[in-house]
Amino acid sequence: MAEQERRKERLDRGIKARTEGLYAISSWREVSYLLAPRAGLIIILLLLPLIVPGLYWQRVLALAGVYALLAISFDFLAERVGLVCIGGAFMIGVGGYISGALNYYLKLPVFLTIPIGTLGGALLCTLLWLPCLPLRGIYFAVVTFMFPFLTTSLILAGNLFEGTEGLSPIMGFPNTWIAVYLMIVLILLFIFGLRRLCGEDIGVVFAGVKDNDLAVFASGINVTRVKIYALYIASLIGCFAGAFVAHFSGFVGVSLFAVDFSIMPIAACIMGGPGTMVGPALGAFILAPLSELLRGFGQLRVVLYCLVLVGFILFKPEGLLSWAARKYHQIEHWVKV
Amino acid sequence: MGEQKETIIRVRNLSKSFGGVKALNQVSFDLFEGEILGIIGPNGSGKTTLVNTITGFVKPESGEIFFRNIRLTGLPHYKIADLGVTRTFQVVRPFFSLRSFKNLIVPLWSSRARRFASSRGGDRDAVAIDLLEEVGFERDAYVPYKSASSLPLGYLKRLELARCLALRPEVIICDEVFSGLSMSEIASMVPLIERLRTRGVTLIMVEHRLRELFSVADKVIVMNFGEKLAEGVPEQVMQDEKVRRAYLGEEIKV
Amino acid sequence: MEIFVYGVVNGMTFVLWAVGFSFVYGISRLPNFAHGALYVVTGFITWSFINSTGLPHWLSIILSLLIVSFAGVAIYQFVMIRVRGMPISEIIVSFAIALAILEGLRLQGIGGFKGFIGPGYVLPPFVNGVIETRWVTIDFQRLLIIAAGLLLLGSMWLFTHYHKVGLALRAMAQHERAALMLGINSDRMANIALGIGSALAGISAIAVMPLGNVNCESGYSVLTNAIAVCVIGGLGSWVGTILAALILGLATTMMSALGGTMWNNVLVFGLIILILIIRPSGLFGQQKELEERV
Repeated sequence: MAEQERRKERLDRGIKARTEGLYAISSWREVSYLLAPRAGLIIILLLLPLIVPGLYWQRVLALAGVYALLAISFDFLAERVGLVCIGGAFMIGVGGYISGALNYYLKLPVFLTIPIGTLGGALLCTLLWLPCLPLRGIYFAVVTFMFPFLTTSLILAGNLFEGTEGLSPIMGFPNTWIAVYLMIVLILLFIFGLRRLCGEDIGVVFAGVKDNDLAVFASGINVTRVKIYALYIASLIGCFAGAFVAHFSGFVGVSLFAVDFSIMPIAACIMGGPGTMVGPALGAFILAPLSELLRGFGQLRVVLYCLVLVGFILFKPEGLLSWAARKYHQIEHWVKV
Repeated sequence: MGEQKETIIRVRNLSKSFGGVKALNQVSFDLFEGEILGIIGPNGSGKTTLVNTITGFVKPESGEIFFRNIRLTGLPHYKIADLGVTRTFQVVRPFFSLRSFKNLIVPLWSSRARRFASSRGGDRDAVAIDLLEEVGFERDAYVPYKSASSLPLGYLKRLELARCLALRPEVIICDEVFSGLSMSEIASMVPLIERLRTRGVTLIMVEHRLRELFSVADKVIVMNFGEKLAEGVPEQVMQDEKVRRAYLGEEIKV
Repeated sequence: MEIFVYGVVNGMTFVLWAVGFSFVYGISRLPNFAHGALYVVTGFITWSFINSTGLPHWLSIILSLLIVSFAGVAIYQFVMIRVRGMPISEIIVSFAIALAILEGLRLQGIGGFKGFIGPGYVLPPFVNGVIETRWVTIDFQRLLIIAAGLLLLGSMWLFTHYHKVGLALRAMAQHERAALMLGINSDRMANIALGIGSALAGISAIAVMPLGNVNCESGYSVLTNAIAVCVIGGLGSWVGTILAALILGLATTMMSALGGTMWNNVLVFGLIILILIIRPSGLFGQQKELEERV
């Protein structure tokens, strides 16, 4: 007697099929089907600073934004280009130290230090990571992970930039609203920009590099150069985040190179939905406030990130956003075999 | 009256060892513009190593390679491809995660392709579809839009050639492009090779399938144990005593 | 002279730290980033046995080694097995577990659990006493470290060259497909490897910790040092491991004598990065997959 076996069948929803290609604009229903989730997320993000109770949570939001940026940069490099770079803390540190130092030693104003910190920091990060680019996957990850530690040791050992005390005070933003909205706008810009970029021809080249870089070499393209472009773009994001943190917290020190900044974005990325770039940002906006809530429990936060990370890698590697998208676009039901 | 054909590639005394194994031993030959050169030999004779060294995937220990008057020895693989000397892979290496025509966007993005771009160069997608049609993908069927992972081997081999063609190459080195294909697939590949020749591309074909190769090749080189055993017109080479011994073994006197 | 001797001892310490990590990675290609955590955990468990339950020294050691072995196997069986084959995920997952453990040990106040913080946790050395030689004074524990290091390396070498299971492990490392075809069960081998690797971490903890104290920070530095030795010496090469460990040991001892301990870290990290860039397979490494095979 054969056992009754069930399997899950997934079908695209009717409306999904009706919104393919040109048909998307055939009526308001189709348009709203496509727009609703995107517009919804954007609007929620824009309204968040207004909804949250109080200045404290606005600060949390801004910091969540920092993690979101790091997560987006990690996602871009890892999922779109195939470069697993666990050195988020290095980017934050470099961006933070450059703009902080410019402000502290040269008294440059915020609207100058942040761009310089971003562009210059990205340049520095790319140059320093340049020799590591030919390394195969896991070694590249390990090396980039080591960079923040090396820099911390250097700074402390050589007592550079005031060593353990760090640079303080650093001029902050005129007010928190500007800071928070700057962060949010930039997150949106980066997400749109990166997604657009990956749809262009160069995005295809990135995908090629991730897939099979030998064939890319055989196509007459210097893969290392392509990786440099990608790394520079990702560092722009990371260093901006660093510059932001420096001015937002008014302090620059070796804490900018904390392991937290390297690990949390990965957790956020995996949890949120690797490859989508929106997912990691979403993940960051969930994990960061969560860890704030648990601040009272000390190191439990880190334990939390790690368990979340492990849980998602093992059981739901597609991440929250992809899962939600799947539910939105498809109907599932059990079918008897 | 035949004009003096220009030597397009010159290989001189190429040697390469892997550990204790001498994969290439003082190999030298000339490749003339517009011809199809076949390279044959038993397994392990160094054919693929020869391809790898010429195209820069492996560094030779000694010897020189010249393309027109440019020294290829020591140049990295992407540079050599950029100069117009391209290759296919014995084990096909398309971008499996991309669709077929998107596979060609990558070589079309390279600087060489950009240098040669026509006015239609802005729309790489269209150029890609044209290229696929040239190598035999049916334009109006869904095939160019399928993911490369779902293509059968025959199409993948054509995709490899298309990848080379996207670079407007002067030389294509085909590493066992007939292998793994059925008789009918090979039969349809041969006209493609001929088409490439009429386009002005010089070809080196490393092959095991002698009959098909001899129908297109002008000249053939036989290799064994990393050395060049013989060189010449196919019929002539197959009569050669050394070649027969390499392929068939010693004659047994009964 | 004294610097030299202490340098050698330091080198042997590096050997002890590295042998567990190198064993697991060199043999089954599993980067066990939880190595440092397991090291620290052994220390704390042994301490708990000795102090809280008053078990005799040797029994505590044996028990905690067993526990740690099981922990390692559990980590593989429940977690790593699902991400086997995706090296980045393996690293991330094992490091996440390591972080969870290490930071978890630092927790305070959850259900009355007071975290393991502070310098108060000390493991007693095996043998007390000191030898005075003509050139240098050295305590037994340090000599024990040298002995233990050599013993471990020697026994590991013998194990992988002469014992059936050891040979199977080496087969797995060299060519997984071929080993599978011969009936060697990949998962079971990985379990064994991880069990042994964790035990090795534990043994190194027992040997080295009496020199200082048991704390969570050492978890990170042990991991880094283990990685440094493996990267610099090259994986799959016992000779490389010893030499790299000795080099690192001597270098760090000299660095401490000259410049102070802060520069130690700079040295270690700098060397890792340098070697990874110049010679990714390490000084004596045999990992040819880092070179392209077309």
